[in-house]
Amino acid sequence: MTAIATKYETVIGLEVHCQLITRSKMFCSCSADYSGAEPNTHVCPVCLGMPGVLPVINERAIEYITMTGLALNCEISEFSKFDRKNYPYPDLMKGYQISQYDLPVCHDGWLEIEVDDERRRIGIERVHMEEDTARLLHRTDAVTGEGYSLIDVNRSGTPLMEIVSRPDMRTPAEAREYLVRLRQILRYIGVSDANMEEGNFRCDANISLRPVGAERLGTKVEIKNMNSFRAVHDAIAFEEIRQARMLDAGERIVQETRGWVDERGETVSQRTKEEANDYRYFPEPDLPPLKLSRAFAEAVRAKLPELPAAKKERFLALRLSEHEATALTEDRERAAYFEGVSAALGLEPQRSAKLAANWVLGEVARWLNAGQKEIVDFPLGPEQLAGLARLVEDGKVTPNVGKDVFEKMVTNGMDAAAIVEAEGLAQISGEDDLVEAVRRAIAANQKAVDDYRAGKDASIKFLVGQVMRETRGRANAQVVQGLLERELQEND
Amino acid sequence: MSELWRLTAHEAHEGLRDEQFTSVELTQSVLDRIAAVEPKVHAYITLTAELALEQAREADAKFASGTATPLTGIPVAVKDLIVTKGVRTTAGSKILENFIPPYSSHVYENLRRAGAVMVGKANMDEFAMGSSTEHSAYGPTHNPWQPGLVPGGSSGGSAAAVAAGEALVALGSDTGGSIRQPAALCGNVGLDPTYGRVSRFGIVAFGSSLDQVGPIGRDVEDVATMLQCIGGHDPRDSTSNPEPMPDMRHYLGRDIKGMKIGVPKEYFIAGMEPGVTARIEEALATLESLGATVDRSLSLPSTDHALAVYYIIAPSEASANLARYDGVKYGFSDRSGPTMWDNMEQTRAQGFGNEVKRRIMLGTYALSAGYYDAYYLKAQKVRTVINNEFAEAFARYDVIVTPTSPTVAFPIGAKVDDPYAMYLNDIYTLPASVAGLPAVSVPCGFSEGLPVGLQIIGNFFDEGRILQVASAYEQAAGFRNLLAG
Repeated sequence: MTAIATKYETVIGLEVHCQLITRSKMFCSCSADYSGAEPNTHVCPVCLGMPGVLPVINERAIEYITMTGLALNCEISEFSKFDRKNYPYPDLMKGYQISQYDLPVCHDGWLEIEVDDERRRIGIERVHMEEDTARLLHRTDAVTGEGYSLIDVNRSGTPLMEIVSRPDMRTPAEAREYLVRLRQILRYIGVSDANMEEGNFRCDANISLRPVGAERLGTKVEIKNMNSFRAVHDAIAFEEIRQARMLDAGERIVQETRGWVDERGETVSQRTKEEANDYRYFPEPDLPPLKLSRAFAEAVRAKLPELPAAKKERFLALRLSEHEATALTEDRERAAYFEGVSAALGLEPQRSAKLAANWVLGEVARWLNAGQKEIVDFPLGPEQLAGLARLVEDGKVTPNVGKDVFEKMVTNGMDAAAIVEAEGLAQISGEDDLVEAVRRAIAANQKAVDDYRAGKDASIKFLVGQVMRETRGRANAQVVQGLLERELQEND
Repeated sequence: MSELWRLTAHEAHEGLRDEQFTSVELTQSVLDRIAAVEPKVHAYITLTAELALEQAREADAKFASGTATPLTGIPVAVKDLIVTKGVRTTAGSKILENFIPPYSSHVYENLRRAGAVMVGKANMDEFAMGSSTEHSAYGPTHNPWQPGLVPGGSSGGSAAAVAAGEALVALGSDTGGSIRQPAALCGNVGLDPTYGRVSRFGIVAFGSSLDQVGPIGRDVEDVATMLQCIGGHDPRDSTSNPEPMPDMRHYLGRDIKGMKIGVPKEYFIAGMEPGVTARIEEALATLESLGATVDRSLSLPSTDHALAVYYIIAPSEASANLARYDGVKYGFSDRSGPTMWDNMEQTRAQGFGNEVKRRIMLGTYALSAGYYDAYYLKAQKVRTVINNEFAEAFARYDVIVTPTSPTVAFPIGAKVDDPYAMYLNDIYTLPASVAGLPAVSVPCGFSEGLPVGLQIIGNFFDEGRILQVASAYEQAAGFRNLLAG
């Protein structure tokens, strides 16, 4: 790696295909939510590509791609158009895909990433709208052993957005970070599930090497077939070494498409440039050009939620740490939950934020991780959690009791105060209420008392523990320690 | 009452309304006529006699219940690229020989809503690619005026059916002249509406930016009634005009005094038959006698280029539109090969006729990398030039009048091996198609015993105006309800 880094510069561009979560398909009224449905049940003559049918643009999809463009700091084209991309394949019902060629809906934006404490803007060349294909299922006949394929048309015609970056990334880590941030934004604005494993967020990578300091780009190779962020990272890492070795050996890089084979951890050649399709793009005559007014774009902008980067800045301004701000803004729901808790606490803002962050990233995160759950699955409302946090913060219960109360709350859904009340868990801070227990602890633990008097300050912790045990953790540890010190001195 | 098939649609409507006969009787009369002449004419690919009688019974019930429209109970021929639910729709191609669609076109839905009766699916050049109906996988249609001659095309079956009394009216489709030219060659009125006037939903696509469905009838009134029925906005076609359909009847039977008619000199070419020239001159004189001014100084210099533009754009669009016929989903499918790709290739090799393959090749070539700018893009630019010339002309004239075809009907086989000669037959109809303008062909007499057509071109969505001129001319000239044989 280091050898490569000193000799060659890696240039990476990513193309992401992302399914939009609209109710209906891109060009017909079939339901786009086919997950779990029987094959070929979400179909109609339009998405089946039957003779004489015509596409009608899904306006929600146009709103979603506009939201995406704005979130990625793109220009929104006032005039764009659809084109036909021609290639024969059995999963392509019309023999062409309705896509966008030279006039995409969004162009010239950027996305900020941060790797090794360095922030960089990755250019977004374009975001365009197209339709997804049907799905092929390859089978083998159990009797004859012959291979055959089935077609499931449910996916055909669902709205697909292609986001093309500029070749601005330089390392596998940057590529991965770009995808993480992109997915985060798409989920924040609610236009896509953006789940790579489920195939609704797919990534192809273009990668080339050039001598450090050179301006001209080297010959690029396109990598496909990567089904996770890790795969993207590993495939690029593999490819930069493969290409560097070829260049070192004086060989020429062939422009080609290579597939990532996850099990083997390597890329293999799929087709070269000479075998590449000529897609014969031309304007889609069945759809008039798409005219999006500035007023439309501004109306969409007004609907955009606060984006993760802005949210993080705001959280940092509340004196949360870099780590806390990053973790809390990971997804929109978690951030919203945190803000709900913070608001319900109603303390001085920075204090509320810190306290809410502690709970959300502490007990709540632990509980979610243990159960492999998401914040939306968390059973306690923000006010409930804030209620518990306030009890601890105000010294009404000890931190340890607070944890027990938390466990009870997530089990029975009750409010913290009710549990504390019902189970008598309130913290005991009054000296009068504790002095008897303190004296009993001193009387029953002569050795510890002796040690303390012999100068082993740590022994007092043991005595505090004894008092805590007797009070089932409810005693205010500071008050107990104060009482112990006083009692031991008085009895000297 | 005998020979009800001789009636025009509006005459038949009066008879139905006045209870002189029923739609079942009218339909049966047409079916009998079909039985008599169809062996000579071959206007239909699929006859739907039983369905027609069932629809006729429904129509009679509509008259009884007072919900009849001018088209209720009227026997109609429907070009076989108009998708009809439950009725085989082949587009004249072997590749769709067994295609029974589970949905209907907008125009067929409208016809059915109006209570019209479909007697059959009319023959056509395969995928509407042709000017003679010889390029049908189901055999050629003969011109009812003289068997052995072509009826024109591609809507030759529709035009022949109407001329032979095998239907009272018909639906055709026009991409470069496919309604007007056969209407002219068969002595019918045929209207190609403004692009966007009639929904293309459910019309098997050929050249998507050019295709329009339109009516063929035996007089102007019938054509106006049919347009009224099929026109108007359809949200399923994004290129359909959102404006409501104006009342076409308003334009019928009105005078045309003071109307300004432009006659472009580029339309009077060397290849034009003398008989055709003579009929057109007579028609222009008739229009003048009706008080219109006929100005022959009009020049549309790019007229010549319309042919080239058309034969780049239409095949380009067709090359994509026909890609879906791969034998995987519906239609003809050869599955004898070792792989899917072999089967796909064989399906298309056997399923498409030569003219279709020729145009797919032309279109694929025109769109290919390295040729796109020189062909497709340039054709689109020239298209704009043609549009602009028409726009300038319509600033000065109400309508433009030309011949519909340079020739009368020609013998079957005469041009089938010479594509370019065949293409030249459309030179008068192509420019309006390329510009998306409405145009109607009306009969203006005979040459060598065969019908000649006069073309009236109007401005965008000005179908009313061209029907007004056609109607006034028809009244004065008397060439209406011309039945062959």
